[in-house]
Amino acid sequence: MYNGGGRVHIEKDLVAAAATPLVLGILADGDLHGYAILKRVGELSDGRLQWTDGMLYPLLHRLERNGWVSARWDVSDAGRKRKHYTLTAAGREVLAQRQAQWDVVADALRQVWSSLQGPPPAEARA
Amino acid sequence: MSDERPRDEHVDLEDQIDQWRTWVLRRRAITPDDAAELEDNLRGRVADLRAAGLDDDEAFLVAVRRMGNLDDVSREFAREHSERLWKQLVLVPDSPSEAGRRWRDLGVLIALAVVAGVAVKLLVTFGDDASIGLNLAFAVLPFLAAYFAWSRHLSARTAAALVGLTAAVAVAVNLYPFVTDGSGDAAMTYVLTATHLPVLLWLLLGVTYTGGLWRDHARRMDFVRFTGELAIYFALISLGGGLLVALLFATFDVVDIDIEAFVGEWLWPFAVPGAFFVAAWLVEAKKSVVENIAPVLTRVFTPLTLVLLVAALVALLAGGPLDAVDRDLLILMDAILLLVLALLLYSISARDPLHPGTWFDRLQLGLVAAAFAVNVVTLTAMVTRISDAGWTANKTAALGLNVVLFVHLTGTGWLLWRFVRARGTFDAVERWQTRYLPVYAAWAAIVVLLFPPAFSFA
Repeated sequence: MYNGGGRVHIEKDLVAAAATPLVLGILADGDLHGYAILKRVGELSDGRLQWTDGMLYPLLHRLERNGWVSARWDVSDAGRKRKHYTLTAAGREVLAQRQAQWDVVADALRQVWSSLQGPPPAEARA
Repeated sequence: MSDERPRDEHVDLEDQIDQWRTWVLRRRAITPDDAAELEDNLRGRVADLRAAGLDDDEAFLVAVRRMGNLDDVSREFAREHSERLWKQLVLVPDSPSEAGRRWRDLGVLIALAVVAGVAVKLLVTFGDDASIGLNLAFAVLPFLAAYFAWSRHLSARTAAALVGLTAAVAVAVNLYPFVTDGSGDAAMTYVLTATHLPVLLWLLLGVTYTGGLWRDHARRMDFVRFTGELAIYFALISLGGGLLVALLFATFDVVDIDIEAFVGEWLWPFAVPGAFFVAAWLVEAKKSVVENIAPVLTRVFTPLTLVLLVAALVALLAGGPLDAVDRDLLILMDAILLLVLALLLYSISARDPLHPGTWFDRLQLGLVAAAFAVNVVTLTAMVTRISDAGWTANKTAALGLNVVLFVHLTGTGWLLWRFVRARGTFDAVERWQTRYLPVYAAWAAIVVLLFPPAFSFA
């Protein structure tokens, strides 16, 4: 579904799994339009996590249908119509659930990394 | 010169974006709104790349590449918006082999229609009134189900289960010793069985329509859409066919040849199932000029039905004390409520779930509220009537249907209310509809199979 990019190649299944919490989390900071979300993803991952731009929109529509985000049309500075997305209360709940799930996964992985031989990444010990 | 060049380049870029937009819009799963959203993304990406030092052409090419393979993107859109996928399911054939398959499908369907016609003809020739009423649905629907089973490669297990179930129902209702009273009127339980049987068979046919994936919400919704469109196509074809037959009669009347026997004994048994099968194929193939008729029809009939419901409510309340309300009126109310729910279901199935709430959703909520009021009054009248005069098959069936409709209406009303108040999603309204469909199948099965023995076949 998505292409990994940058120095580390990230498998598309992993990118797809991370997409929903990532988008919901980015929208938790405030309303954004689609391209701004993509730019934010790039900033947060130093450009290492890259999506195929077009794939973001079906995802956003799915989140909208589930009632996790709401959308409204607006006019950009250039006078073109532009769709803004806002996190809803239901989306905030889902985000909290996802965060709890990912915490469990990250915690388990951290323990696995630390028991691996060789020097583990610095942040894994923190 | 330095003043001219950027403007030229800019015009170039606009041309390229125009072309790109046209190309995107050629995909049926992508609506103009989606394209505008993608274009906004493209422009944002181009602007950033230009700011980073690329020229227009380079920036455009990179931005288009970053957008991804349009086939994949459009497939993703189609997956997310299954109602669009349904519309484009067949449309224009994508390849010659697909066109060939369409004609093969039609051939199979016509063959099955002829077999159904023969079955109807045999039934009409050898059956009496009672057995025709019970078996007409068995003579037509299994053949349409066979078509779906064939075209969707239904698993042998599901097919066997459906055949077994249908056969068991057929044997049971034909063995039931329905009592005919002295005046020759059919037993009430017979009438109930004969009227509920097609509903049960139709919902079983739904299992083959979904290709066995009948638990899936989107597939169930497809079946609802199919049912609504089929009703419209069948009505249109029947109108045209009726007109042709009338002209046929008039023509032969002029030359003094009596064709009534031919029309009655041969034309009807084949033409009616034939029209039904062709309508089914047309809906499947979507060779439609009336593609977008569903939203239009629902917008016309929702206000009219609301008026009808209010009138019905007035008639019910003006009819005197509730226990004195005419029995026929109560049965009529059930019919009206059933119509309202069919209309609701049809308009919900035709609606884009992402579209924000409009006045039409409020109107629909009004319709549900009016139906709810009628339902409550009818329910009260029925309970009063039953507590006065005891349970009969007829009253129990009417009451049961009323309760089934009551739960459906309450759920729909509640979810629509949440949606209109922006507290819920339209998706929830949709899911409630498809989740509730099996209740109708279960109720029809109860009336068909359990009522006759429970009321001693009277």
